[in-house]
Amino acid sequence: MTVLLILIPIALVLGGLGLCAFLWSLKSGQYDDLEGAARRILFDDPENS
Amino acid sequence: MSEAPQSALHHAQCRHCGQESEPGQEFCCPGCRGAYVLVGDLGLASYYAKRCLDGSTDFTALRPDEMAAQGDLSAWIRPAPEGRLSLTLMVDGLSCGACVWLIEQSLLRQPGVVSARVSLSTRRLNLVWQAGMADPAQLAGLVQRLGYRLLPCDPARLASAEEKQARELLRCLAVAGFAAGNIMLLSVSVWSGHAADMAAGTRDLLHWISGLIALPAIAYAGRPFFRSAWHALRAGRTNMDVPISLAVILAPGVSLVETFQSGPHAYFDSAVTLLFFLLIGRYLDHRARYRARALGEQLLALNAVAATVLEADGTRRDIPPTALRPGMVLLVGAGQRIPADGIVTEGASEIDTSTVTGETLPRGITAGGQVYAGTLNLSAPIRLRVAAAGEATLLADIIRLMEAAETRRGRFVQLADRVARHYAPVVHVTALAAFLGWWLLGGMAWQDALMIAVAVLIITCPCALALAVPVVQVVASQRLMRSGVLLKSGDALERLQSINHVVFDKTGTLTLGRLTLVNDPPARLLRLAAGIAANSRHPLARALAQAATAAPVLSPVEECPGQGMIWHGPEGDWRLGSARFAGEPDDGTQMAVLWLVGPRGEKVRFDLADELRPDAADTIAQLKARGLAIEICSGDRAAPVTAIASRLGIDTSHAQMDPAAKVRHLQSLAAQGRRVLMIGDGINDAAALAAAHVSMAPASGAEISQSAADIVFQGERLAPISLALTTARRSHNLMRQNLMLALCYNLAAVPLAVLGFVTPLLAAIAMSSSSILVILNSLRLGHSTRPEGGIQ
Repeated sequence: MTVLLILIPIALVLGGLGLCAFLWSLKSGQYDDLEGAARRILFDDPENS
Repeated sequence: MSEAPQSALHHAQCRHCGQESEPGQEFCCPGCRGAYVLVGDLGLASYYAKRCLDGSTDFTALRPDEMAAQGDLSAWIRPAPEGRLSLTLMVDGLSCGACVWLIEQSLLRQPGVVSARVSLSTRRLNLVWQAGMADPAQLAGLVQRLGYRLLPCDPARLASAEEKQARELLRCLAVAGFAAGNIMLLSVSVWSGHAADMAAGTRDLLHWISGLIALPAIAYAGRPFFRSAWHALRAGRTNMDVPISLAVILAPGVSLVETFQSGPHAYFDSAVTLLFFLLIGRYLDHRARYRARALGEQLLALNAVAATVLEADGTRRDIPPTALRPGMVLLVGAGQRIPADGIVTEGASEIDTSTVTGETLPRGITAGGQVYAGTLNLSAPIRLRVAAAGEATLLADIIRLMEAAETRRGRFVQLADRVARHYAPVVHVTALAAFLGWWLLGGMAWQDALMIAVAVLIITCPCALALAVPVVQVVASQRLMRSGVLLKSGDALERLQSINHVVFDKTGTLTLGRLTLVNDPPARLLRLAAGIAANSRHPLARALAQAATAAPVLSPVEECPGQGMIWHGPEGDWRLGSARFAGEPDDGTQMAVLWLVGPRGEKVRFDLADELRPDAADTIAQLKARGLAIEICSGDRAAPVTAIASRLGIDTSHAQMDPAAKVRHLQSLAAQGRRVLMIGDGINDAAALAAAHVSMAPASGAEISQSAADIVFQGERLAPISLALTTARRSHNLMRQNLMLALCYNLAAVPLAVLGFVTPLLAAIAMSSSSILVILNSLRLGHSTRPEGGIQ
């Protein structure tokens, strides 16, 4: 069962990373315009010609 | 790079806005041509190909209005860090992702612009530029030339506390979700361990880790519930958050003691999962409400116009209407809404008072006359002095009436709250009884008895109850929004399902509230007349121009204010105007009439009238078929009101009612036990809208009536009324089903919990499955029926 001592911390760290990533994305305003973001992906940045 | 698709019909489609244009012409008007060239010059012509990707086809709102002048924006500009300035504008006409792309890219190509970001959900453009490097008016003008309407708005007012609260809930939800997932992982091992001899040491280790995750997560994610429970307790009340908080605090507390003593069961997982499910419900509920309110604000901001103040030294300055002070002198151009009550000091014009009095035909006004906020100045610019605060202004009167009506309306208690009010004490009593029973009568140790009480709290916890109503509300409001019906208050649907009486306003509600051509003149002369009329802003002329939008604009046209217009055509002069102007006898009809007289004796008459909304008769028939009593309350004269009533088959109609009379009438109906749905659009309806059990207003109505109404519907049709009613009834049924489901679940599980049979595993399964069942049941609302009637 000593393997648990390694696996559980790894699981928690990975989950924690996901949580931090979510909180960061929330804070940086990525959830403010879900509708727009879904459409924005369709268009390239302008070709600088 | 591909071209915009063009239809091969005999009428070509405008390449910019897609409206009908003259055969052989690429554009419907010079504004669209200008916009198309501008897009090409910016190197963004792929916009026309891109917008087809989105599937939306309606770009008719994109017709640039050359007369829309951008006022002074300086009052809305805010400083941003690093010597930059920022401005938030509301964008009207935004229909797809390509529009967002076009606006952002065209602005980013201007020198000095640091960032331009359009949000499609809030329809706001946030513009940041280096101070002194760009001119905001020019930037806004650029977007307007593309065909979008821009209106300045105050971001501080819009970014309200509610947005912060939504973010807090989402953060709590994330933390609870993280904790629930991880603890569940460990719990599953513990539960399997119970069956397959897990060593006590390993089990304790897993419990300890669960506890370490659960305690901080609960302390963080439980705050919204703790706060609300604390407020309720301090006010001497109890609400659903009290048993929730108790369960969420007691369960891990007792489990911690259990873990210290290396006991077999711990409830960390139940507490956190419970919190997770409850937060989902709370977040959905909040989002439905917040969205409703944000929409309301957006509508108001769209209608708010800047007021042009004339300073003593003759300079002009644009300020928000809220900053107006009594005694200021305002300049109101032709075609503008009057921003404040006041006395005309200079100029003579005609005023469209339909939003205030319900009367369709314009009223003449000269110096010394009183004008009211919200009315439309039609023919010529006027100056007016803003009425002093002490003077009785019409708007102030109506707002007073509205407030009085609102306080008298009484608090409506939502279904969920009614259930919770009865349910919460039952939960407390049962849990307490289980604890005392096992401890004192059953002779159990107090820790074990407490554990059973906690199990009762968890199992009776209204997890599904908390989801039952918000999920239905979110699904219903999204379905309605797709059809152009915006719910402005969270309980609008619940109020709506119980109505048995409908009161309509006439002008602007049953009718379109604007003049349309009602007779059938020869097409050639109509096109000619429309081409001449397109040069004027007078309402009769605009109505005529609207009757044939594809007609080319004719010039040179000379306008004689208050009389008519003369077009100096190749064959001679054509005169379009009143009967007297065209040299015809005035036959004194009530209808608005225009005459067109040509150089070779051509002569044609155009009758313009305020027509019924296209499906008014159908809607009234449908409402009648539902067994609802229907009547009309209008401020207009008796003759037109009864005429409309008899055309629609409405038996009861009341004419010449002032705002106070409407309110009195609604109150007497309420006193007779009628639950009234009021539908109105005018300023004079605002108080009545507030007094009714539930109210609807068309999006074309006055801003004050939209802010007073519970529901706002878009488009020219009345079909949204019956759609809203159907949806309200269906969602009410679903809410009741959901609540029944949740209650049955709890009732079945409570005896098990009281008898001490519920293990953490059982609690977790019961909770999750009842929540999922309720969510699935609610989603039926979105799927089982086709959406009826759409936005035009």
